[in-house]
Amino acid sequence: MIELKHVSKVYSNGTRGLNNIHLQMEAGEFIVIVGLSGAGKSTLLRSINRLHDISEGEILINGNSITKAKGRELYRIRRDIGMIFQNFNLVRRSSVMRNVLSGRVGYHSTLKMMFGLFSKQDKQIAIDALERVNILEKAYIRADQLSGGQQQRVSIARALAQEAKVILADEPVASLDPITTKQVMDDLYRINQELNITMVVNLHSVDLARAYASRIIGLKNGEVVFDGTAKEATREVFANIYGKNNQTMNQIGVAK
Amino acid sequence: MKEAQLKQSAEMSVPPRKLKPILTTLLVTTAIFWSGWQIEFSFTELVRGFPNMWDLIVQLVPPNWDYLSVITTPILETIRMAVIGTTLGGLIAFPLSIIAARNVFQSAWITVPARFVLNLIRTIPELLLAALFVAVFGIGSIPGIFALMLFSIGIIAKLFYEAVEAIDPGPLEAMTAVGANKIKWIFYGVVPQVMASFMSFFLYTFEINIRAAAVLGLVGAGGIGLYYEQTLGFLDYGKTASIIMYTLAVVLIIDYLSTRIREKLA
Repeated sequence: MIELKHVSKVYSNGTRGLNNIHLQMEAGEFIVIVGLSGAGKSTLLRSINRLHDISEGEILINGNSITKAKGRELYRIRRDIGMIFQNFNLVRRSSVMRNVLSGRVGYHSTLKMMFGLFSKQDKQIAIDALERVNILEKAYIRADQLSGGQQQRVSIARALAQEAKVILADEPVASLDPITTKQVMDDLYRINQELNITMVVNLHSVDLARAYASRIIGLKNGEVVFDGTAKEATREVFANIYGKNNQTMNQIGVAK
Repeated sequence: MKEAQLKQSAEMSVPPRKLKPILTTLLVTTAIFWSGWQIEFSFTELVRGFPNMWDLIVQLVPPNWDYLSVITTPILETIRMAVIGTTLGGLIAFPLSIIAARNVFQSAWITVPARFVLNLIRTIPELLLAALFVAVFGIGSIPGIFALMLFSIGIIAKLFYEAVEAIDPGPLEAMTAVGANKIKWIFYGVVPQVMASFMSFFLYTFEINIRAAAVLGLVGAGGIGLYYEQTLGFLDYGKTASIIMYTLAVVLIIDYLSTRIREKLA
C-alpha cells in the first residue's frame, strides 16, 4: 500500500510541481494517472520511489516512510518498487539477460555484484520473467537489436525479476505504435491480475485509461481533480482534466 | 548603401559582426610570424640543409641486416615496457576517470580534485618523466615503465572521462529505481555503457606508447632508444637504419592490429 500524505513539490525555480496531494493506493489496484503534459504525472510517479525528493508531506510504502529513509533502508524500499520508463532505459550494449539480471542487484552484497556473481536461482527468476512477457528467445541478444516494443517488454521483465510488489510505469507506451501499445498494456494488465502486483501507470490516452484502469486519477496543475473508477470517469470529467476544448477532446479520444 | 535597403524587423536577431573573423585572422597571423621571427626560422636554412640530409640518407643505405638479431631483445623489451606501462596506467585511469565524471559524482568536492590530479599528470611530457624516474630508480626499463604508466593515465583518463560524461542517463535512473547503492549503480549503469570505449582508448594509448617507448632509451629508460643513440654516436648509420626499419615494422604491425580490434569494438 502506498500512502501520500499532503505531498507538495516545489522546484528550485519556484514552480509548484505537486500541490497538497493526498492519496492512498491499495495493493492489487491498476491505477492510471491522466493529465496534460506538465500536470505533474511524472513528478508524482517519481516521488513515490524518490527519484524526486518532495518538499512537503510524507510518502509511506507499506507503512515505511520513503521520505525519511536513508541509505540501506531507502535501497530496500526501492527494491520492492519496479519502474518502467518511456524510453525503456535499458543498457543498450548489454544482453537482454544482463539487463533483466540487473533487477536482482538489490538482493545481493555489493562485492558479489561487482563480480557479477548471480546465483542459479537469480537466473531462473530472470528466465521466468522473460517467459512471462514472451521474449525468452531473445535472452542472449544485445538489447539494441530489439524493437521498441520488445525493449519495453525486457524492461517489464527487469521489474519482474526485481520481485517488486508495485510497478510504476511512466508513459510506458508513448513511443510505441498502436499494436505494440496493446501488447505492452496487455502484459501489464496480465501481470497485475496474475501476480497481484499493484500498477501505477501514467498515460496520455483516455481510451487506454478506460480500457485498463481499475481506478483513474486525474491531475491538473499538480492537484488531484478526479479520483474514481473507470466508469465514473465520464466525458465531463475528462473535459475538466484536459480543458473544454473540443479539438483537444477529439485528439485524446473522448469526443463522441 | 545596399545594407540600408535590407529590411530589418524588430524581432530579427542582429546579424553577426564582421569584425570578429577579421580580428581572429589577424591575431593568428601575427602569432605565427612572431613565433617564426623569435626562433629565427628561415627557409634558406632548410634548403641549405638538404645536401646534408641526402648525405645521411646515402649513409643509411644499406641497412646492416646482421644487426637485426642483436636488437631483437631490446625491441621486445620496448614492447613489454609499453604493455606493462599501458596496463598499469589503464588500471589507474579507469577509476580516476569515473571519479572525475560529473554525471557520476555530482559533488564538486570529488570531481574537482580528481580532475586536478589528471591535469597535473598530463602537463609533464613523457620524456621528462622518464628522465626524472631514471634519476630516482637508475638506468633500466623500470623508470621507462613508470613514465609510460603516468603518460597513459593522462591520455586514457582525458578521453575516457569525457566518454563517461556522454553516456545515456536512462540506465542510471533505472538502476536508482532498482534500489542499487552507488557502487552497484556504477557497475551496472555506468560500466557496461563505457567498457567498449575504454578498451578502444586503451589500445589507442598502447599504439602511442610503443612509439613513445622507442625514444625513452635516449634518457636511459630502457628499450631500443639506447641502441639508437649508441649507433648514431658511433656514426654507424647502417645499424641506425636497421633499428629504424625494425621499429617501423613493429609499429606498423601493432597499429594495424590495434586499429582492426578498435573497429570491432565500435
